[in-house]
Amino acid sequence: MNIIIIGCGKVGATLAEQLVNEGHDITVIDTDADAVKHVTNICDVVGIVGNGVIHSVQREAGIDYADMLIAMTGSDEQNLLCCLIAKKATACVTIARVRNPDYVAERGFIKEKLGISMIINPELESANEIYRLFSIPSAIEVDTFARGRIDLMKTILPKDSPLAGMTIKSALGRMSGKILICVIERGGEIIIPSGDAVLQIGDKISFVATRKDAGSFFKKAGLSNYHIKTILIIGGGKISFYLAQKLSEVGFRVKIIEKNKAHCEFLNTILPDDVIIIHGDGSDQNLLQEEGLAQADGVASLTDIDEENIMLSLFVRSGYKAKTVTKINKLNFEGIIDNLDLGSVIYPKYITAEMIISYVRALENTTGSHVQTLYNIVGGKVQALEFSVRASSAVTDKPLSELQLKKNLLLCCISRHGKTRIPGGSDKLEVGDSVVVVTTDRSLNDLKDILA
Amino acid sequence: MNYRMIVYLLGWVLNVQSLCLLLPVGVGIFYGEAQWKAFAVTALFSLMLGLLLTLKKPKRTSFYTKEGFVTVAMSWIMLSLFGAVPFVLTHEIPSYIDAVFEMASGYSTTGASILRNVEALSQCALFWRSFSHWIGGMGVLVFLLMIVPLTGGNMMQLMKAESPGPSVEKLVPRVRQTAVILYSIYLTMTIVEIVLLMAGGMPWFDSITTAFGTAGTGGFAVKNLSIGFYHSYYLQGVVTVFMILFGVNFSIYYLLLSKQFKKALKSEELRWYLAIIAFSIICITWNIKQKFYPGSWFEAFHNAAFSVSSVISTTGFAIVDFSRWPQVSKFVLFLLMFIGASAGSTGGGIKVSRIILLIKSSLREIIGIVHPRGVHLVKMDKKRVGDDVIKGTTAYFSLLILIYAASVLIVSFDEFDMTTSMTAVAATLNNIGPGLELVGPSGNYASFSVLSKLVLIFDMLAGRLELFPILVLLSPQTWKGSLGAIKRRFSWNRKSM
Repeated sequence: MNIIIIGCGKVGATLAEQLVNEGHDITVIDTDADAVKHVTNICDVVGIVGNGVIHSVQREAGIDYADMLIAMTGSDEQNLLCCLIAKKATACVTIARVRNPDYVAERGFIKEKLGISMIINPELESANEIYRLFSIPSAIEVDTFARGRIDLMKTILPKDSPLAGMTIKSALGRMSGKILICVIERGGEIIIPSGDAVLQIGDKISFVATRKDAGSFFKKAGLSNYHIKTILIIGGGKISFYLAQKLSEVGFRVKIIEKNKAHCEFLNTILPDDVIIIHGDGSDQNLLQEEGLAQADGVASLTDIDEENIMLSLFVRSGYKAKTVTKINKLNFEGIIDNLDLGSVIYPKYITAEMIISYVRALENTTGSHVQTLYNIVGGKVQALEFSVRASSAVTDKPLSELQLKKNLLLCCISRHGKTRIPGGSDKLEVGDSVVVVTTDRSLNDLKDILA
Repeated sequence: MNYRMIVYLLGWVLNVQSLCLLLPVGVGIFYGEAQWKAFAVTALFSLMLGLLLTLKKPKRTSFYTKEGFVTVAMSWIMLSLFGAVPFVLTHEIPSYIDAVFEMASGYSTTGASILRNVEALSQCALFWRSFSHWIGGMGVLVFLLMIVPLTGGNMMQLMKAESPGPSVEKLVPRVRQTAVILYSIYLTMTIVEIVLLMAGGMPWFDSITTAFGTAGTGGFAVKNLSIGFYHSYYLQGVVTVFMILFGVNFSIYYLLLSKQFKKALKSEELRWYLAIIAFSIICITWNIKQKFYPGSWFEAFHNAAFSVSSVISTTGFAIVDFSRWPQVSKFVLFLLMFIGASAGSTGGGIKVSRIILLIKSSLREIIGIVHPRGVHLVKMDKKRVGDDVIKGTTAYFSLLILIYAASVLIVSFDEFDMTTSMTAVAATLNNIGPGLELVGPSGNYASFSVLSKLVLIFDMLAGRLELFPILVLLSPQTWKGSLGAIKRRFSWNRKSM
């Protein structure tokens, strides 16, 4: 597909890189010549320096032949305007990033009335992800499928786990039909395991299960399945706002620590009163202790500075019981960050890219069985995709044991008529199902691609 | 520095070269000449070495500007060294230095020859000489980008290092697609020229080799009299027009193909290029009319047009010996040697766009003295030209003059007259071919000493690659701390084997 990306910031650049790897032809536009140069140096794209709102600039970028325009500049209004102009001139699909909380309530209206295909709000999506992490405290990563009925969770096998040294088959025992372990990370190695694989202490295990079944698995694995009540959020940006709103709605006790006085006052006016806003420096140990760090069950480090977030989380992990979530905006040292004891880490730029890529893949394949959701797990080395089966094909109506599947690929679960199950060899795929596939192959577009 | 990746790419260059060598093998067999065996042996050897080097794809494919420059420079040197082997094997050019000179001249699309009698060569050798122009014109690595699935955005570095012009841009988002478009335009134009030449009654072998020479703006001809051999205004006219066309930036053709006529015709560089050609033709026609062609304005115009387009496009074909022309005409041609063709074309020289930038940025300095607080940005095609591009252009110009002066100094040791030494270096550094006097259209480079030939080989390759790749390759800074790494790499290799 020919895709134009306007705005080459963090998200724009990441998106360009990932879409190029997916095989699309990308043109980027930015007013900043250096930003354009940076992107054209790191990946195979054409860069144009100019204001993406202007129609002639869009034409220079080839809007007449483009299939999609993605507006990722820093300004919501500019993004909307880019999409509006592109929409009026051509028939391409438009995606705008809109982050201002004031516009969130209007999302549906804007989408429908302005004819924009997708409005993406990375901060809101990040907040949702953090929310999921706090609601399942034992998991370090949670991705949802089948409209939230089933989750892909990642956890670390603790030191004294009774499951250590057992094969997957015997570890799961009676629960084997309800839980499917799809990926094990051990050191730098990634294993898509069979039932005979042996679990070891320190393994990062990703598995698919419903929330209820996950609870009993966590108990079995020796992870205390406690509930989180009090959450401390450090930094009062947009993610914090969305997160606090959501958490307080369902009854968590939330405290936000923010440096900027005026911003504190703003948060206090728009958030419900049971969210406590503290004006102070989140990196001040005394303040953290005074505000009850010892009692907090969860800490989210969401300041604008990545290094500060990392330090805060390391500090909390060093002597407190709280579950930590660390936001990383900019840093690229994934290998190193993975090795730090940070608890859960979220990267807003990847969340945005994932959403757009799953949208692009679905667009490319409107006739077959298309991708509904896509998650990059294990630092982008493994993908989990949810397909909806639209039409019968080579993979449908046959027992799974008869299908020749690709190597390093697992069918994790099938949802049919609102019920989700983990498939066995005798199960068949039917039209109308939705199915989750976990694989190291990053080029899956259609359900048929699972065949070797 | 990623040595494995550089070696891997060099291996691919060898593979491509052995593929190209099959063409003269075919020509040799077709004409029943014994010389084809020399080409076949070289092809086989080159393929074996190439396959050995490309057996395993490196794990680490990171590739930066430095690696790109070094790879391009090494590829071109290697191509010249390997491509020269068949000439020595067939004893058509007994001295290896001479053969390398001929091949460097071929690949760099210079067209300077050490042969006194071109017509004595076998058909397959003639074909190989001309074909090296064609592949050298658009670039070997650009060709490589098209056929080898190299992934990663950094492959653009290869294209940047090999393609001429102050700032190389892609036509479409993908490097590979860009390479395909460039080569398709190139191939189509070459075929059109071959057809037009054959329609004018030129033998097919001559048509193909002449078209190769024109397309790459090279200038090797298969006759001693160059294009002057064909006494036909039509044939010479076709070559004139195509020499000008191949000196135009190829992105203009892409714009025309994608129906952006206005934008294509508004290109500042194209306008200047055509204006310089028109001005020079008028100037020379007027200058040579009286003395050489008293009877016919057309004859004067025809010869002036051919020589001007031959020199500005840095092709170097000839229909008359312009060494005998009046001083004004000779000096105009000497200036044209330095101006050269457009950026993004197959021609050499400084390039018209660089000349425009140099003039504009110099004017800016003068205006800056009159209005010390004034803001004057250099613009081209109504867009701002970044300071880094201007810096690069001035550096390029200064280096060119330095290298030119140093080369002339060394060549002067051969005790030829001043014009010969100066134009010999100008004609090789700017990839034209014939200079004036001894190295003029009816002369050749055979009488230079070995040292001078080495200097001229360096000038041809440096000129074709626009100085920086070769200079980066030779710069100690590039290799600092690398010798240890190479030693370690090799000792590791031995262990693993």
